[in-house]
Amino acid sequence: MADALRNLLEVRDLHVAFRTSRGKVQAISGVSFDVAPGEVLGVVGESGSGKTISLLAVMGLITDPNAEITGSIRFRGKELLGASNKELRSIRGREIAMIFQDPMTSLTPVYTIGWQIAEQVRAHGPETAKQARDRAVELLTAVGLPNPGEAVDRYPHQLSGGMRQRAVIAMALSCNPALLVADEPTTALDVTVQAQILDLLARLRRDFGSAIVFITHDMGVIAEIADRVLVMYAGRVVERANKRDIFLEPRHPYTHALLQSIPPITGDRPRRLKSIAGTPPSLFAMPSGCAFGPRCTSRVAACSAVPGLTGEPAHQAACFVTGMR
Amino acid sequence: MLLPVLKRLGDMVVAMFGISVLVFLIFFAIPGAEPASRIAGRNASPETVAAVRLSFGLDQPLPVQYLIMMKKLFITQDLTSFVNRGYKVIPAVMNAAPITLSLVAGAALIWIVFGLLIGVLAAAFKNTWIDRLLMVMSLIGISMPAFWLGAVINLFTQSRWHDYWLFSWVPPLGYKPFVESPKLWALTLVLPCFSLAVGYIGIYGRVLRANIVEAMQEDYIRTARAKGVSESRILIRHALRTSLISVVTLFGLDFGQLVGGVAVLTEIVFALQGVGKITFDGLLNLDLPVIMAAVLYSALFVVICNALVDMLYILIDPRERTDG
Ligand SMILES: Nc1ncnc2c1ncn2[C@@H]1O[C@H](COP(=O)(O)OP(=O)(O)O)[C@@H](O)[C@H]1O
Ligand SMILES: [Mg+2]
Repeated sequence: MADALRNLLEVRDLHVAFRTSRGKVQAISGVSFDVAPGEVLGVVGESGSGKTISLLAVMGLITDPNAEITGSIRFRGKELLGASNKELRSIRGREIAMIFQDPMTSLTPVYTIGWQIAEQVRAHGPETAKQARDRAVELLTAVGLPNPGEAVDRYPHQLSGGMRQRAVIAMALSCNPALLVADEPTTALDVTVQAQILDLLARLRRDFGSAIVFITHDMGVIAEIADRVLVMYAGRVVERANKRDIFLEPRHPYTHALLQSIPPITGDRPRRLKSIAGTPPSLFAMPSGCAFGPRCTSRVAACSAVPGLTGEPAHQAACFVTGMR
Repeated sequence: MLLPVLKRLGDMVVAMFGISVLVFLIFFAIPGAEPASRIAGRNASPETVAAVRLSFGLDQPLPVQYLIMMKKLFITQDLTSFVNRGYKVIPAVMNAAPITLSLVAGAALIWIVFGLLIGVLAAAFKNTWIDRLLMVMSLIGISMPAFWLGAVINLFTQSRWHDYWLFSWVPPLGYKPFVESPKLWALTLVLPCFSLAVGYIGIYGRVLRANIVEAMQEDYIRTARAKGVSESRILIRHALRTSLISVVTLFGLDFGQLVGGVAVLTEIVFALQGVGKITFDGLLNLDLPVIMAAVLYSALFVVICNALVDMLYILIDPRERTDG
């Protein structure tokens, strides 16, 4: 059976809606994607496009009681949507690990990083406290924290942002997860540290063999790390292809626009994209038809309907004008 | 680790000095009635006033007067009352201190245990009937004045139903020193401690619930979930643990104040000669030496409690440790 499963993760027709005081909002509408073992899937889109929510849904970490989640999320062939808390917990941290955007707030301030790594190790294995601590030192060494034997007893506030993110990555890798979800892990860091963390992730991917879902709003980061790319807009996938096709033959006007916004190779990388005219639609005022329509320069009459993904399986886009039929 | 502790001890000494100067100035240097006749009390004879003037060195410069006062208070400890002839003030305060300390420490133990229990349970069952019930009960506890609760308790246990089996264990009002009878000491304190604690249980329960619920929204809780840590462990080891920091601050303030005499109404209702009661009597009689001693010793308790809490703080919040 294992041979039949080419994909580690298969997400099909994922919908996430939130009931709010102003009515129900559809944050994710029919997102589907696969992650193969060992590959890096880049998920890109402006802020609010649903990148985080999609992957939190995969982790079973949407805790908002007003959320409605439908679709199918299969990990190693096993359905995760509707799985019990206990089943999810044994997968979380052990088989799928996640690192978050802001290393300043993603560690508990009152425990040493060694304690926090050991907590994860011991949540999933029979290790003793001593063994877990040794493992923590080993992991901190692997992620290149200087002086790991000492760093293991440091509190988060005693480390710089870059060092904290390394510690968070060490923690995420503690159980050799098959899949690592990295939600904008470099966005809160300054440029040189960003580059170091990207290098680190690329190296760890080789050493640990984990597949990575890398969430970012930055096409420049995608260029450096991704194998395949998922472009998201307003809760939908608008284009998916391998990296080469995304950069050389982008089909969706939104992908085009994102590519235009990559800063020159030299100079600082801005934290937010700014060169696309207009703003993403509010979930409360979704345009009927193509959500990108109001900002699109290639808009035609057909765009008043919602486009589906079309094209050969390896490269699909959701656009009536430029998508392949 | 040692440096911050020393720093706080230094702060404590400075605070005590400041308070003593301030209190001294209020009684000895404020224009108006002359301190000698105030210390001597109403309707004092000229001889008494003269004796007071001599005893407190009131014809000498202010700094000398301050030193004499401090010597009487803390070194020779022979400050006596003139209103209440021959009443030794410092031993009276020293006898009162263990009573208040027992009362407040007992109450604190009760309110910490139940406050924690209520806060954690309500947060764990957020928005269910358990949460609502606990929060309503807390509110009722907060709105019951401790002295009123004490009076009601006395009504039941001391007079009307004292012989009923449920209350027959309750000893008569008053205080029994621990060294005389540990059992009676504990028994006499149960109800006073409880009635003092009820309001605080409500406050701590609610504050803790709010803090835990807020902490559960933090990014590091999401990280802990992503690690595969169990919900109960997340609640206790992460959310409760970080919430304790602000509760400790609150506790230091409340505990210091109560030990400093704020529990006066409870002391009166349960006939306990505590610090609050002594201060209260001193104020009624306008007995300056008593007021002076009570205020300064209270301040000392408050400052010591705050220093202890600060050290507890260093213990539970690593972020407090690094600065010099
Ligand atoms: N608990 C929630 N209730 C209502 N709306 C939410 C909630 N969480 C996220 N959203 C909305 O879902 C959309 C997608 O958010 P997110 O996945 O965080 O975007 P991204 O990660 O791409 O920046 C946003 O518009 C956001 O406002
Ligand atoms: Mg996000």
